[in-house]
Amino acid sequence: MKTALLEDLQKARAEKRQVVLATNLTSGEQKLLYPFESKEIYDVIEAARGALRNDKPTTVETEDGPVFLNIFNPPLRLFIVGAVHIAQALVPMAAGADYEVTVIDPRRSFGSSFRFPNVTLDDRWPDDAFADLHPDRRSAIVTLTHDAKLDDPALQYALRSDAFYIGALGSGRTHAKRQQRLQKAGFSDEDFARIHGPIGLDIGAKSPAEIAISIMAEITAVLRGKAGS
Amino acid sequence: MTETTSALPADDILAQALAWRKDGRKVALATVITTWGSAPRPAGSQLAIDETGRMVGSVSGGCVEGAVIQEALEIIESGKPKTLEFGVTNDEAWEVGLACGGKINVFVEKLD
Repeated sequence: MKTALLEDLQKARAEKRQVVLATNLTSGEQKLLYPFESKEIYDVIEAARGALRNDKPTTVETEDGPVFLNIFNPPLRLFIVGAVHIAQALVPMAAGADYEVTVIDPRRSFGSSFRFPNVTLDDRWPDDAFADLHPDRRSAIVTLTHDAKLDDPALQYALRSDAFYIGALGSGRTHAKRQQRLQKAGFSDEDFARIHGPIGLDIGAKSPAEIAISIMAEITAVLRGKAGS
Repeated sequence: MTETTSALPADDILAQALAWRKDGRKVALATVITTWGSAPRPAGSQLAIDETGRMVGSVSGGCVEGAVIQEALEIIESGKPKTLEFGVTNDEAWEVGLACGGKINVFVEKLD
């Protein structure tokens, strides 16, 4: 590998870009690919997209011999808006699945470190927090407050981001009202369709922990490209 | 004399390789490219080796590092990249006390 290429790779990783190092195993020739920053379609870049999505390096056969695609994904992040009971159950599950978790809630009595030990708490309003934390393609955002004053700014910001998963707690009726409000704010039906609501896989979850399981399962399904909805 | 610090995440391995290179040392990088069966380290795992045999990272958790270093020292001189194939038999795995039994291919290249 050329030292200059390694420097470029390290820079891309520091900038949290999803980058793939493609190595021709016969010639040793290498280059960096940014599969999600281009719309190109050819075998190698498609395979690189798949490898990033699956979080797993792979080798593709090409006319010039086998090419190994080593992937460098930035860390997964989960932003939970609403330091509610379900969040208490969701935090350790997400942390166990290797997400960097941030709980956002400006209401001090909710987002206390007594209720949420061992997790980053952010007491800013969701849109202010997101403007600083930059949710990206490796980020999931869930809103759990049931309060439009908090959920809506978070969802509006989420819809303008590349977050791979956006979910909102609330019944079908609540979700329909949410759609009307977001439409008024200028979001299309296509935008709105990015929001998973009612949140979570339908596993009949009742308790906060069960709902957290259904949310974590849905996030995982979307991350791994197995989403049914 | 070699040291291992296999607990470091991958970015530290590459950062260390880069630091060695900038320090004027000759460096090789080894990367697991394919695994079969219960290989100890997944594809993408890396090991950086300098000209004195110092290493960071891991490609097998100890099974084949010795052989990889020997090859890496040659590749540091020749500059020609190479894919190494290792089959870890159950007997060997038993000898080194690892739950292996898998096969791995490791790509070794010079950082130049």
